[in-house]
Order: sequence, then structure tokens, then C-alpha cells
Amino acid sequence: MTTTHPNAMSDIEAHGHERSAEGEVQPTIELVTQEGKNKQLGVWLFIAAESVLFASFFAVYLALRHSIPNGPQPKDLFELPLVFVMTAILLTSSFTSVMAVMNMRQLKSSAMKGWLVLTWLLGFSFLLLEIYEFNHYVHMGHTFTSSAFGTAFYSLVGFHGAHVAFGLLWLMTLLLRNARREITPYTAPKVYSFSLYWHFVDLVWVFIFTIVYLMGKVG
Amino acid sequence: MATVAVRAESERKKKSMLWDYLTTVDHKKIAHLYFWTGLFYFLLGGLEALLMRTQLAFPLNTFLTGKSYNEVLTMHGTTMIFLVAMPLLFALMNAVVPLMIGARDLAFPYVNALSYWLYFFGALVMHIGFLTGNVPQGGWTGYMPLSLPEYSGFGMSYYAMGLQLSGLGTLLTGINFVATIVNMRAPGMTYMRMPLFVWTTLIASILIMFAFPPLTAGLFLMIYDQLFGGQVFNVAGGGNVILWQHLFWIFGHPEVYIVVLPAFGIFSEVIPVFSRKRLFGYPAMVVATALIAFFGFMVWVHHMFTVGLGPLANGIFAVMTTIIAVPTGIKIFNWIATMWGGKLRMTTAMHWSVGFIFTFVMGGVTGVMMALPPADYQYHDTYFIVAHFHYTLIGGTVFSIFAGAYYWWPKMFGRLLNETLGKIHFWFFFIGFHMTFFIQHFLGLWGMQRRVYTYLPGQGFDLANLVSTIGAYLMAIGVIVFAINIVYTFVKGKPAPADPWDGRTLEWATKAPVPEYNFARLPLIRGIDALWLEKMAGHKEMPVIEDYHDIHMPNSTVLPFLMSLTLAIAALGFIWKEEFNHAFLYMGIGGIVLTLLVMFFRSVIDDEGYHIPKAEIEREEMKGVSV
Repeated sequence: MTTTHPNAMSDIEAHGHERSAEGEVQPTIELVTQEGKNKQLGVWLFIAAESVLFASFFAVYLALRHSIPNGPQPKDLFELPLVFVMTAILLTSSFTSVMAVMNMRQLKSSAMKGWLVLTWLLGFSFLLLEIYEFNHYVHMGHTFTSSAFGTAFYSLVGFHGAHVAFGLLWLMTLLLRNARREITPYTAPKVYSFSLYWHFVDLVWVFIFTIVYLMGKVG
Repeated sequence: MATVAVRAESERKKKSMLWDYLTTVDHKKIAHLYFWTGLFYFLLGGLEALLMRTQLAFPLNTFLTGKSYNEVLTMHGTTMIFLVAMPLLFALMNAVVPLMIGARDLAFPYVNALSYWLYFFGALVMHIGFLTGNVPQGGWTGYMPLSLPEYSGFGMSYYAMGLQLSGLGTLLTGINFVATIVNMRAPGMTYMRMPLFVWTTLIASILIMFAFPPLTAGLFLMIYDQLFGGQVFNVAGGGNVILWQHLFWIFGHPEVYIVVLPAFGIFSEVIPVFSRKRLFGYPAMVVATALIAFFGFMVWVHHMFTVGLGPLANGIFAVMTTIIAVPTGIKIFNWIATMWGGKLRMTTAMHWSVGFIFTFVMGGVTGVMMALPPADYQYHDTYFIVAHFHYTLIGGTVFSIFAGAYYWWPKMFGRLLNETLGKIHFWFFFIGFHMTFFIQHFLGLWGMQRRVYTYLPGQGFDLANLVSTIGAYLMAIGVIVFAINIVYTFVKGKPAPADPWDGRTLEWATKAPVPEYNFARLPLIRGIDALWLEKMAGHKEMPVIEDYHDIHMPNSTVLPFLMSLTLAIAALGFIWKEEFNHAFLYMGIGGIVLTLLVMFFRSVIDDEGYHIPKAEIEREEMKGVSV
């Protein structure tokens, strides 16, 4: 590819390639090594498998969401304002992780770390709200063991929550290990892998919001 | 950026063999681990089969009855599918796929070691029940609600936890091979030049990626119901027992192709070499493999025809199932056409391949018979089904593993297995196999129920069962001959040359024994059957694309072993909290915390591997260039 980019300034495009001033396409820092390329593909494949895993839990939930011999109904349980706030927080954390990757590609280490810390804080507040929410449900009599609906609900939403918690541990580890390290072709794929995972976890939440909460309110 | 250390041979510590294998990330050594572990469980699963056949030799026999029979039945099925068929195929894939595509290792050597150790500990967890007295006894399909503690004790919890661990390992292996085959091919190795075993490995790995997660979800729900008060399969709590069957078979049917597609790949390597012809219809073989995989996801209800999902569902799934016979038929004809007019060498590997075509066609024909729901109501839960799937799984997968073992033994272990013993092994096993299972088709049609530990005299079952049992013992003799052959080869066998069969594909271009970096200089691939192409052009070696240089290698590490060990501790803790004492809950949680801690160390410690210096590689390559 030799055509020059309409924008003369060397900028970074969404698909992970960078154009130099001469217009040559170069891989961004997370993709310059073979290990980096493998990691990126590996995480995508992992996400593909995880999609099927979540799809299975969604299917089980859809099959059992009306199976409630004991305990309150979804209509009486779910409160959309709280779930809406959780959704907004999690989607914002996806945005901040994008900002972190953009800064990483420009080798702005401290800006990247700043956005990652923000991502962590948003993810953590999501998790706190989810714990509050589950606690609230348990007090209303909607528990893991109360009905098939209960087990299916906590299997799906709790499994997503576990993914958020694991992501937070992962991000914290990354921030700790890279606290004194620069952005290199060795460290960059690690950050990039995390951001792919984090987007996936956020995307699953969009489906949970629709299928569990919205359909639970109106369905 | 930290610089990667250069370590000469003298600096690389000599390790004991045990520590070496505990910490290795080399695909060739991991292949050995898979092979020996898989072979061990093959012997164990075979012993379980003999116990069952001994019980069934005579009507109203009391050798192995009731609960014990159910346990042996369950462990035989689970072992053979999860702990034998897949690991032994993984052994062959690990041994040769990187060599076939001109790679120095898998894309994720560390994850490869983790996969093996998860399998190792998963298998161990599944067998711990023999010590605590709660052996899995709900059948390898784990149907609900039979697998709940009220009906089967906690045995099925060992089944669920063991499968969860080894299943995670399998999933990671699938991802690893897809990433390897997509990203790590040598220059010139385009997709349509890949050997067929690489193609089938790629497609089976994609199947693993999409088929194992439903099983994982199903097993989580099973574990929740068994150990944590879940209600998914408890009808009183609003649960639905058919859900398990769907999740299990959405996994279970693609699983059949996960174990048989690589088998097809092995035969597609063996048959051309010993026919001295290139594989007939290579593109058709690739497309047929992909089609089988694609349709394989749309046929799971044929395991559930008698559940009562209605004529429409049964009809659709019946049509999809019969369609699969078309690409499979294409393959059969291509293998025959490959041999047609070829210069055949009837080696042991070739015996298994020809035996496979004969046997597998019979398994395929009964498969089409069962695909028709009205007929299936007659066959369901009888020995007809048992005969059918043993014809496909033994005739396909086990024959291919034997063929692959005889064919690639020189590449894996540097020696040639004895061909005479190999043929004795083949004939005992082949005749024994057909004696055992051919008659079972008729036993099924006469009405003998599967999974039941005995039968009454005077129903016309007596003689047929005795014949079947004698056949099983003949198979056992065949396997013993194989074991003798292995021992004989290690004691008396001579070192094999690098290319003993006059091979066609790239793995035969590596030196004997294969150095840890596989290729000192990466080869250039100029067509299908890359090595054969160069031989025909009069070249002694593959063309290379680079000069000698330092080669980057991954460090060996004990972390995969520890990560799997801690997960196994967690799994046992969660079972034992219900089986023995609630205090074991802390063991479960502790295991999870330890696993996370190991993962933390893996992440925090920089692990950039090391370089083997150029001088050492040059010196090695000059030593005894093999012809």
C-alpha cells in the first residue's frame, strides 16, 4: 500500500496499523513480534469459545426464566434505574480501555496507565453495585437455590460478574508488573489482550441487560 | 526492553528426566507425555471392557453385577472418549503438526504444557472415586436426574469435576492448534498446500472451540445441582432434565468428529506414502472435512429421537444426519482411488488403513440406518447402537492411532517398531474386533438391551454373547503384542533414519532425532507434498529461506503443573465438602486462591525465553547429515 493517507499527520487506525509519514503500513507496537500476533489471535479464539459458553448459559436462562415455583417474579425483582447505571458504568470502562490502548500505541506510558486505572475503578464500582444488587435479591427471597430460575439467573449473571472480577485481578496485576516498565513489544500485547477481553465482557453485559432485565420487565 | 539471554549448551543445566518432563514446554516432549498417559488409560479402559465382557459371557453370570457393573460401564466410556481417544490424537498432533508446517513449536508452548497437566489431573480427579468409594456410575453421558447424589451418590461429581479440568485443557489445546496453524506456517506453506493431517487438526480444533463450551456450561450446572443446591435439573424446583441432554449432545455429536476427523487425516497421510501416489482429490478432501464439521453441529437431536421432541424436529435432524454420509463417502472413495494403481507397500500402518476403510464403511452404513427416526425407535438403547459406535470409534479412531503410532514412531522415538509383531498385533486386534462387535448388531436387533449387567437364558442371546466375549479377549491379545513390540523396540530396536518410509511431507525432512528447535533454518515450501516435490526435482534437502542464526526458545517452567495441581485441589475440596465434611469448603476456596496466585506469578515474572547460539546450531547441523 503506497497511497498516502488523506490526513497528513501519522495517525492510528482502529484495525491496529499505523501509517508512517511515507504512508507505509506498519504494525502497531502490540503486533510487531510473532508472540504479539499469536497472542492477539489467541485471545480472539478464546473470545469465540467464551461466546459459545455464554450462549449456553443464555439458552438455559431463556428455558428456565418462567420456572419459579418459589420466590418473587422477575417483574417484582428487577429495578431498571440501578441496572441502567451499571450498564453506563461498564460501557464507559470500555471507552477508557480504548483510550488506554490508543495512548499505548503512541508510547505515552503515563497516560496509558492513567486510563487503565480509571478502567479499573469503573469496573470495581460495577462489581460493588452488582454485589449490592445480589444482596438485595437474596433478601427478597430470590436465591441461587430458590428455584430453577434462581439458579439459571445467578449462573448467567454471576458468571459474568466472575468475569468482571477476574478482569479486575488481571488489570491490577498488569498495572503492578508494568508500574516501572516502559511500553515495549513485550509488554504491549499484554495490555492489548486485556482490552480485548474487557470489551468482550462489556458486550456480554449488553446482552444480559436486554435478555435478562428488559425482557424480565416486559416479557 | 530486557534483553534475551543467550545460553550455550554448557550453560543450560542438565536436568533429571523427571524434572525435565515436569517442566517441559517442547511440543515433542509433551507429545510423549500425552502418548504414555493415553496408552495407560487405554489399557485401563480396555481392562474395564474385558471385565464387562466376562460378566456378559454367560446368562445370569455373577462376576460383576449391579452397581459395580454400572461403575465399570461408566468409567469405560468416559475413559475411552476423554482420556484415551483425544489425548492419543493430541500426542500425534503435538508430535508432527508443527513439523509438518515448518514451525519451531506451537504458538503457545506454555499453554500447551498447561493443557497436558490439566488433562493429567482431570483424569486423576475422575479416578479418585475408586479410593473414596464413590465411583461414577451414571453412564458416560451423565443423564439427569440419574447423576444427582440422590440416585448415584457423589461419583458423578468426580466425573463432572474431572471432565471440567480435562475439558479446559482440551479447549486450550484447540485454541493453540488453530493459532499455530493460522500464524506459524513456514513461507510458501499456503492453506491448500498443508498436509491433510494439518487440515483435519485445524478443523477438529475449531470444533473443539465451539463444541466444548456447551459441555463446560452443562457440567457447571451439574456441579451446581450436585454440590451447591442448584435447581436446574430438579423438577420440583422448576428444573428441566432435557436441558442436560441438549447441552451434552450439542457437545457430544461434534465430539464424535473431533476424534474421527484427525483419524481421517492420519489415514490421508499413511495411504499416499505407501501407495507412492499423491492423495487423490486433495481439494475435495479438504472441503469434505469442512462440510462434515459444519453439519456436525446440526445433528445432535439424533441422539434424542426417542425423547419425544416431535416429528418435525426428528425429521429435520434425520435429514441433516443422512447428509453427513455424502462428504464421508467422498473421503472413502478418495482413499480407494489413492490406492488404485499405486505401488502398494503393505506395512503395518497400511494394514490398519485398509482395515479402517472396510470397518468404517460398516459403521457408516449402520449410522445411516439409525438416522431414520422410525427405525431408530427399534435400535434405541440396544446392542445395535453399541456395535455401531464401536465400529466408528475403534474402526476409525483407534485404528488411526495404531496406524499413526507405527508410521510416526521413528519420528517420535527415533526407532522403528517391529513390523512382524505389528502385523500379529493387527490381525489379532482386527479379527477380535469384528468377532466382538459384528454379532452385537444382531444381538441388538434380537432385542438385547445395552447398559444392563445380565440377561436371561433361553432368549437366543447366549452363544452370540460368548462369541463376543472371546473376540474381546483376542483384541486384548493384540494389545499385549503391541506392548511387547514397544518394549522390544526400546530394548533391541536400531536407531531409525530420518526418513524411513520415503515420506512426502515436511516432518520427514527433519533430522533424526529432531533437534529441540525442529528446523535450524526455516524451509521454503513449493507445493503439496513439499518433501516429495524436492526429491523428484533431485534435491537432497528442502530449500531454506534464511542463514543460521540464534534461535529463540521458550523457557521451561513448572507453573503449568502447579496451576493444574491447585485446580485439582480445589475440585476435590468442593466435592469433599458434600461427601465428607463441610470444612473441605476451605480446601476448595484455598485451591482457587492458590491457582490465582500461580497465575499472578506467571504474569508478573518476565519470561522472554533464551537464545541457542548460532555456533552451536551450525555445529549440530554439520554432525552426521542424514540422507
